[in-house]
Amino acid sequence: MLLSGADIIVRTLIEQGVEVVFGYPGGQIIDVYDSLYRCQDEIRHVLTAHEQGAVHAADGYARATGGVGTVIATSGPGATNLVTGIAAAFLDSVPLVAVTGNVPSDQLGTDSFQEIDITGITLPITKHNFIAGSVETLADTIREAFRLAKSGRPGPVLIDVPKDIQVAQAEFTPGEPVPAAEKQSRADVTEAVETIAQCNRPFVYFGGGVIASGAEQAVTELAEKIDAPIGCSLMGVSGVATEHPRFLGMQGMHGHYASSIAMHHADCIIACGVRFNDRATGDTGRFAQGAKVIHIDVDNAEFLKTVKAALCLKGDVGLTLARLTAALKKQERPDWWDEIRKFKAREEEQIDHREGLVPRNIYALLNDYLTASTPVVTDVGQHQMWAAQYLRFEQTRRFISNGGLGAMGFGMGAAIGAALGTGERTVLVTGDGGFGMCLTELATAVSNKVPLVILVINNGVLGMVRQFQTIWYDRHYAGTVLDRQTDFVAVAEAFGAKGARVRSLAELQEAFDTAFAADGPFLIDCAVHRDELVLPMLPPGGSMDDIIVKVED
Amino acid sequence: MQKYTIAVLVNNQSGVLNRVTSMFRRRQFNINSLTVSETESEKFSRITVTYEAEPEMNHQIVTQLYKLPDVIKVKELNKDDSVNCELMLIKVKNDPAARDDIRTAAEAFKAETVDYTRESVIMRITGDSRRIDAFITLMQDFEILEICRTGVVSLERGSTTIAQLDD
Repeated sequence: MLLSGADIIVRTLIEQGVEVVFGYPGGQIIDVYDSLYRCQDEIRHVLTAHEQGAVHAADGYARATGGVGTVIATSGPGATNLVTGIAAAFLDSVPLVAVTGNVPSDQLGTDSFQEIDITGITLPITKHNFIAGSVETLADTIREAFRLAKSGRPGPVLIDVPKDIQVAQAEFTPGEPVPAAEKQSRADVTEAVETIAQCNRPFVYFGGGVIASGAEQAVTELAEKIDAPIGCSLMGVSGVATEHPRFLGMQGMHGHYASSIAMHHADCIIACGVRFNDRATGDTGRFAQGAKVIHIDVDNAEFLKTVKAALCLKGDVGLTLARLTAALKKQERPDWWDEIRKFKAREEEQIDHREGLVPRNIYALLNDYLTASTPVVTDVGQHQMWAAQYLRFEQTRRFISNGGLGAMGFGMGAAIGAALGTGERTVLVTGDGGFGMCLTELATAVSNKVPLVILVINNGVLGMVRQFQTIWYDRHYAGTVLDRQTDFVAVAEAFGAKGARVRSLAELQEAFDTAFAADGPFLIDCAVHRDELVLPMLPPGGSMDDIIVKVED
Repeated sequence: MQKYTIAVLVNNQSGVLNRVTSMFRRRQFNINSLTVSETESEKFSRITVTYEAEPEMNHQIVTQLYKLPDVIKVKELNKDDSVNCELMLIKVKNDPAARDDIRTAAEAFKAETVDYTRESVIMRITGDSRRIDAFITLMQDFEILEICRTGVVSLERGSTTIAQLDD
């Protein structure tokens, strides 16, 4: 059938299985919106308050569902407003397809109204990007974008479509959803098998790559076989159930003590789908010096980038782990577990037993309201680390957090996307800083009756940066004291949502009761003292020997 | 630090050179020389890049290049197994007192005179980079007005081609 380029875009999205597309209209994408209007029975468009909200929503949708998130924006400012969200998806390897309109081809490069070089701008933060060159190849370009987004190590792809190509017509033949490139694992595992067989203190360490690969079970099976503890990076949280007997939790800068220390003392680290970011390793020169690292990843470029692994196994993490586990003999390591129990006992000594509205109690109470399928989304900062430390997860893809870019303002959009993708009531844990950045998306949540429990951990300061200032900058609280007069409950109400302010655990419980039964978004403004710290803490550039578990007043 | 020469076979489309050089910029790798041209097939261009790097950094460069969808093949060319060549045009002040010495030096290096005026002379020289560097050093005895070098082009010796390289 003969269709306009705009129709081809929308038809191809539908063909690729897109059910929800997030976006914001504008002059150079108006034809695509006209097509969305005509196809509204087949594809749902969710209008956000800001393009940044739209791209974070597409990202949250993808993280929660495992599918590809999609977002549409106009040229110029519409496109540049996507940049933070595309970067967030890129650094966390989230499959995303962004479609932007642009000025007609003959005006490209002339600085015409709302023209911007968005493919140039997004070059280093996309897996690939395209300027659609002709209406005839448009459908295949979009299909290729989907294939790239979900193949190998997933990531965002952008297609910039000049207005004339949206208007021009071409023959369109509907196709099938393009599959991701076939998963492969050809690396020789012999040496890895020998290394593991000969080691005494193995540690299975996994990250977001395991979730992307669907290798969660493969991780626990390997750990069972070689009698190893399991730890994860921030991006791995929820990949293995929190209560799994082998799971020691998140390691790294603010990780669980036992997990970080066990990794530090391991003599063999089997690293699965991780990229050894500085927040995970501290000083790489002093990182787990006694350990042989076996690094398994689908992306060749992650090998030897920061940590010099002894063995690098390229391939799909799940398939490679399955081959590795099959080749290994069952082992038992009671001595290693004796040590691990000591690490855990030391971690327990550090538990915060204070009563009242302190972080640990707030999150413990929240745990009572979470079901196995509740997605929990965070913003970035102290509340995010507490969530990773204290919250309990049973299912994979239920902890959604922007690890790599660490973009404050991620939460609101991502929570909307996660809720719409899963159909589940979704919890957003945020801070007064991060929430303040993108709270306009309350409008989107209200308009779409998105069931959100928005827990604002409100300490009146930018707590994470302030924590650094407390410890290393002589308490010079430059720029981190907000002390705003913002009434978040009134803000929620002004947007048409409901809310409650809580100043005690009893009030928090009452608010949770209401929030978890509400029709749409419900905001809880939860006061926390500004001097609360995230502990343990690794000084930037330090090693696990320098771990700080207590800060004196 | 070690010197590397790599050939990158890429799709012959606008913007691809930018993607390749942008990767070098993004990862903080410094390019020493760069040449680009169409190949035996109009579908592909060949980019030859020389740079200095530590071996781990070189691994990063090659693997990061392979992540670009427009990159087809990346081939490391070592000096012994490849033919390397660059071309230089050099413009020197044609001082009457220096004329004979310039001519003698040019003859010794088989540099061809391609422009000759009372005030200046332009010579063209090809060869490996060391030979060209040596000629420049020699010309420094006179007054060099301008230099333009193409950067290295390189082909592997024997019948194998970059397109035959295994993934």
